[in-house]
Amino acid sequence: MAIKTNKAIKISQKHLLGIQDLSINDVNLILDEAQSFIKLNQSKNKKIDTLRGKTQINLFFEPSTRTQSSFELAGKRLGADVMSMNMANSAIKKGETLIDTAMTLNAMHPDIIVVRHQDSGACNLLSQKVNCSVLNAGDGRREHPTQALLDALTIINRKKKIEGLKIAICGDILHSRVARSNIYLLNMLGAEVNIVAPTNLMPKEIEKFGVNTFTDMNKGLKDCDIVMMLRLQNERMTSSYLSSNREYYEYYGLTPDKLENAKSDALIMHPGPMNRGIEIDTILADDINKSVIKEQVELGVAVRMACLKMFCI
Amino acid sequence: MKKQYFINANIIDPYNSINEVGGLIIGEDGKIEAVGKKVNTKNLPTRERPIDLKGKYIFPGLVDMRVFVGEPGYEYKENFKTLSNAALSGGVTSVVTMPNTDPIIDNVSIVDFLKRRGRDKSKINIFPCASLTKNIEGTNMTEFGLLQKKGIIAFTDGIKTIQNPRLMSRIMNSAKDLGCLIMQHAEDYELAKNGMINSGIIASKLGLSGIPEIAERILIERDLTLLEKVKCRYHISQLSSQKSIDVIKQRKEVVKFTSGVSINNLSLNENDIGDFRTFLKLSPPLRREEDREALVQGLKDELIDVIVSDHKPEDEESKRLTFSQAATGASGIETLLSLSLELYHNGSLKLETIIKALTSNPAKILKINKGNLSIGNDADLCIVDLYKPWIVKKEKLVSKSKNTSIEDKKLQGKVTNTFVKGKELFKI
Repeated sequence: MAIKTNKAIKISQKHLLGIQDLSINDVNLILDEAQSFIKLNQSKNKKIDTLRGKTQINLFFEPSTRTQSSFELAGKRLGADVMSMNMANSAIKKGETLIDTAMTLNAMHPDIIVVRHQDSGACNLLSQKVNCSVLNAGDGRREHPTQALLDALTIINRKKKIEGLKIAICGDILHSRVARSNIYLLNMLGAEVNIVAPTNLMPKEIEKFGVNTFTDMNKGLKDCDIVMMLRLQNERMTSSYLSSNREYYEYYGLTPDKLENAKSDALIMHPGPMNRGIEIDTILADDINKSVIKEQVELGVAVRMACLKMFCI
Repeated sequence: MKKQYFINANIIDPYNSINEVGGLIIGEDGKIEAVGKKVNTKNLPTRERPIDLKGKYIFPGLVDMRVFVGEPGYEYKENFKTLSNAALSGGVTSVVTMPNTDPIIDNVSIVDFLKRRGRDKSKINIFPCASLTKNIEGTNMTEFGLLQKKGIIAFTDGIKTIQNPRLMSRIMNSAKDLGCLIMQHAEDYELAKNGMINSGIIASKLGLSGIPEIAERILIERDLTLLEKVKCRYHISQLSSQKSIDVIKQRKEVVKFTSGVSINNLSLNENDIGDFRTFLKLSPPLRREEDREALVQGLKDELIDVIVSDHKPEDEESKRLTFSQAATGASGIETLLSLSLELYHNGSLKLETIIKALTSNPAKILKINKGNLSIGNDADLCIVDLYKPWIVKKEKLVSKSKNTSIEDKKLQGKVTNTFVKGKELFKI
């Protein structure tokens, strides 16, 4: 692991709203804890009772498959009572505000609420109104901290370290919360981060985050240890961010020849869901020697178990 | 009304170039009878008991050129009565109200209603604006001539912008023919689309869509280019960036126009938004510190003419939402003067410059006989303890809505008395 410190034993934050709020101690605590759950998840009896008697509410305002199921499974394996609420067809539709929904749920005394919302800052707002801890499962374009943590864990398990690694994050950075959380975390852990995107999909003044920016993917991938691809959302085409899928694939899709620029043992990551043939070549996506995409999903459960355990008071 | 005598005040009246220690006499008719250093104990009849202000300041009542009132349609946010009380507590005695009500102020019949309500419920002078286009849709012009005859002071779509350049040039033609004042909220919709705060590092960090400064600049450049051909009374409601100031500086030599700035943009920057503070979701957005400094410099260089409160009352329910869902705007009429005085206390601006931008300059643009202490005029004025420290607390605000952008801010300088037509309507 990047920097070993032995002082802290408790997490410094009440909520997990973003990587920005965490200290390096917090991160190491979570990652260490997650390591111990990887084995458990591979064993026959996966259930323990760490969170027995605790109530976890998953509040998903945006459709999600992997994050929601990952959090649900994580809670159940820790023995918590998990309730998943699909908010797409709920009281919000009837005009209830986020705060009122939060107050209603708060009255049921949950111990932890996991939130996914389409608006940046939604979980910050929610966390001010409830008594329990709030875990951010993705808010707008802002942060997706558990994704960054699971990415870090995946890298550590494969490369044994993060410090000094050169990591490229490629694709729709502008709309990506995964990119933002990863930039904060990888920077904190001492990696050198390259951002690769067309200018239209690059956030303003992103270089001030302490990253190198590239519009040429070949240059951006040069000597990288990790190539992290992001999903391209189809609606970007209609709003003139890009001209077409095929042109995007030509310039920003991960293909074997572009990957040549990276180190020979470079790993490919993707937070999913993938658009094969748009941002990533389908053969590369399935290449078991290079792609760690399935591992990311597997470790995701372990990281979320660690987060639930540590933030559940 | 009894005659009122004030002595030992610091009197600042930029319109009459008065900046001296002296007194002021309000006559029995509520008009100013005398003002200046000649008004002192030696010149007053002995039977009178003058009020010794002991160095407090007398300013003309403030003229606020950009105020939103909820009447009609949004009375729960602010009505004429609550607005006028809030204004009085901030030393504001004349306001220009925006037409963004429900229904929109876009026809003659509603102006009658507005004037009646203003007269019956408000204690301050209300100068209503009508919209430039019907239902602020940006397509068809309103009846500038008829509306003006009914007492409309100026035309603006308020929070909206005329996007269509052909329409804008026709509006300018009509405004020129009829001698109307038009005020533009400069923002290109396409460039500002979905934007919530200034485009830049803060927007990238918070994951919010940005409004680039160029959205403002491009509109100003377009309008000023149109203005070269048609010389009408044109006012840019609010400037927010350094680049806009640069444009204005260049064009001032070529065309005649005026401009304003919100006290929010003069006092705050994008960093104040912090952790998604929806009370600082404003239009134009708060920008970089460099932009704020340029705006202050713009006032100093007389490139910007007026300071406005951009008072936009919003109820709690409209603000207790996620940043993207929350309403835009902040309540600010009662803190306008005190917050402006911060720029004096921190050495950024001369006191006279500030008072000019709050009194005589707006009055001049509007062509109204307000914002001065001329003898024979209505005694609309405020008395200010320039050094009194206080803290902005939303529960103490008079306005019906408490969405202040400067909650808990420590300020120096407070209005202690406000007079309209010689009547003391506010007193601490």
